[in-house]
Amino acid sequence: MTAGSSLTDHLLIERPRRAVLKLAADELVDAAAALLAAGYRLALVAAHDSHGPLRIVYLFCIGPPDQRVELHVEVRRDQPRIPSLAHLSFPAGRFEREMRDLFGIEPVGHPQPRPLVLHQHWASDWHPMRSDAGPQPPMIDDAKPYPFVNVEGPGIYEIPVGPVHAGLIEPGHFRFWVVGETIVKMKARLWFAHKGIERLFEGRDRESATALAERISGDSAVSHSLAHCLAVEEACGIEVPPRVSELRAVLLELERVYNHVADVGALCNDAGFGLANAHALTLREQLLRLNEAVTGHRLLRGGITPGRAALRSLPRTDQLREIGDRFHRIVDLARSNSIVMDRFTGTAVLTAMQAEEIGVLGVVARASGLVTDARMSHPFIDPSIDFRPARCDTGDVLARFLVRCDEVDASLGLLSDYVSREGPLAASVSDRNAEGAGYGTGIVEGWRGTVVHRVEIDGNGTLQRVKIVDPSFLTWPALPVALADTIVPDFPLVNKSFNLSYAGNDL
Amino acid sequence: MTGFEEVAGAVLVAGAQIVTVAVGGLLLVGVMRKVRSRLEGRIGPPVRQPLLDLRKLFTKQRMRPEEASWVFVAAPVVLVATAMVVVAISPLATTRPPLGQSADFFAIVFVLLLGSVSLALGALDTGTPFGGMGSSRAMTIGALAEPALLVAILAMSIPAHTSNLPVLVHMGLAHPQMIASPERILALGSFVVIILAESGRLPVDNPNTHLELTMIHEAMVLEYAGPDLGLVTLGESMRLTLLLGLLVNLLVPWGVADRSGAVSFVIGLGALAGKVALAGIAIATFEVFSGKLRLFRVPELLAGGFVLAMLGAVTAMVVR
Repeated sequence: MTAGSSLTDHLLIERPRRAVLKLAADELVDAAAALLAAGYRLALVAAHDSHGPLRIVYLFCIGPPDQRVELHVEVRRDQPRIPSLAHLSFPAGRFEREMRDLFGIEPVGHPQPRPLVLHQHWASDWHPMRSDAGPQPPMIDDAKPYPFVNVEGPGIYEIPVGPVHAGLIEPGHFRFWVVGETIVKMKARLWFAHKGIERLFEGRDRESATALAERISGDSAVSHSLAHCLAVEEACGIEVPPRVSELRAVLLELERVYNHVADVGALCNDAGFGLANAHALTLREQLLRLNEAVTGHRLLRGGITPGRAALRSLPRTDQLREIGDRFHRIVDLARSNSIVMDRFTGTAVLTAMQAEEIGVLGVVARASGLVTDARMSHPFIDPSIDFRPARCDTGDVLARFLVRCDEVDASLGLLSDYVSREGPLAASVSDRNAEGAGYGTGIVEGWRGTVVHRVEIDGNGTLQRVKIVDPSFLTWPALPVALADTIVPDFPLVNKSFNLSYAGNDL
Repeated sequence: MTGFEEVAGAVLVAGAQIVTVAVGGLLLVGVMRKVRSRLEGRIGPPVRQPLLDLRKLFTKQRMRPEEASWVFVAAPVVLVATAMVVVAISPLATTRPPLGQSADFFAIVFVLLLGSVSLALGALDTGTPFGGMGSSRAMTIGALAEPALLVAILAMSIPAHTSNLPVLVHMGLAHPQMIASPERILALGSFVVIILAESGRLPVDNPNTHLELTMIHEAMVLEYAGPDLGLVTLGESMRLTLLLGLLVNLLVPWGVADRSGAVSFVIGLGALAGKVALAGIAIATFEVFSGKLRLFRVPELLAGGFVLAMLGAVTAMVVR
């Protein structure tokens, strides 16, 4: 198999929009190259270990129309080696490094065969996701500093920051090499908050797994639980009625609005404009109370379970209009402040080409001019109003600010559409206990970007394997790229404009 | 009046000015925070919170980095000591402060600079990257602000034929038309910019940030804790109050005691408190609607301050 045309002959079309291709390891590179050339995106790579040979699943997707192609490869347990795809796709290289640490699968030909998830103090031959991994061996503290690239030159000054920061921020270590105040190079080290959450899913039933999915990243409770439920429903062959999707879409947009409002305020705050932040925080509190009225939880937990959606109330259109008005006043306040706009404009530009090659998602991608939105490419509901994802071309902090502002407007529009549709506050499939074994994927446009879950479920409704991809995992590498030639005091502003998740990345 | 009474009176005046500025400075910080909070729609901490914070800091255990040398220990002391010396001899409540004849404006600037430099050295001393970063930024800004300040003083000194501060304030009282002169207005405009830069206020530095990479002043004092941090806080608030006190007394000298006597001195202290509070409220109000400039734009702001001062000096020389 060498060309894209012959690829389709090998595809095993299982369900509408889903195709699976079982390959030998040496066929992988050609198949992946053909799919990438046809415009597919590598959304997820998941390794599986159920005591036999190791199984690796590559999920490629494209849309609209929604198409998902899975490549399945098996490798021998005693020789866990796969050909690397890193030269074809940067995200593939990240997934492979993750797999190398957690499963001990060696990507042959990877340009950066370095640990990613497990830091140097972890035993290097212990792979926690292997079924026979056993208990965690003790950390080996060799009392040496973390290995880092050495940047040298006249006037180069190294600034290490974190993992413990001065504010209430999650842990991440950043190392800057600067000349004067200008950043020459920056490296981020994450995974300080690695909890082994994928492992925690194994052996759970569907109900408790949804609760866990809500807690993957606190601010993305809906994005992750929805992606998880969509995946479970596909695995079990459950078709939810349209009302369930409407109620879920309400929650998804509410989550987007409250997070974007907070981000818009926080961006102003980092430019020293506390006034806009104070108003944004007030509006955020109003939104959190609305969330509580809607689901009973301020962070929108508990509304979504497999095959079901249940709310306590729906926001009223006049409430949504008032929120929109208040938000516009905050945005106008920020945009009329010339110092704030000067800080935002032209700061930390991520070009469309860089964004494309790194494979960034969500707000960051759209601010760099890419058209990517799972609400369009992988919709689970059809909005009746004309929906187009917000976009900006400049790729700077201002663009990421404006995309967020536009998305709040778009979300409020979508919300008005959804809440005006008639129907009960709770809906579910007729037979919620329908049991089916299999696997499925869920793709959801969370407020940060595209969240992808893939689950495998056995006949008893027990989860065998859950793979989670938070958009932050694929977007973090873009931060150092955007920072080139930015000055150190602008870093917090740039970081906030990306606002990537540590919890969702570290898992 | 005997020599002893004279000395006792001078000590009393100096002591009263120091205590007023020390306590009043902390209250000023509290007032500024309160004004900001209220204008942003928040309640904010009580006005006396900085006093309570200081008491808390002084009761805390002394914690110093292992690498710290005497420079680190001495810096906060030098900072407070220089501020106290300048406060004692400056015409804040009276135009006849003790040692008033030596209260030369240039000398005062350099004594204050001694405090800034020692703090920068203290920050460098521990060898942490943030201390170095903060010091480098603070010194860059200082290097740009000091020339503007010196030229501003020059502009004010030319018409008065002296750079002695008590005399400058006294002449403002005696000849109010000198205050309304273009060179004085220009020089004081420049002085305002320099005060904002030197005391780490918006738009130059954000005193409320927790983001260690954007900090200037806060980055320098990041390693200080407990009583040492208390001294730094005290010194900084005294410097801010002193600079604002000099500004208001050069701009609106009325209320300052122009003759000896306890009553007029107490009135002078009250007038000082009122005027400085108004100036602080004005700065806090400005800060609410301002933002923090990009670091590389700060030189442009300070260059603007320098131009104002320069214009003032040129005007003063041409008008002669």
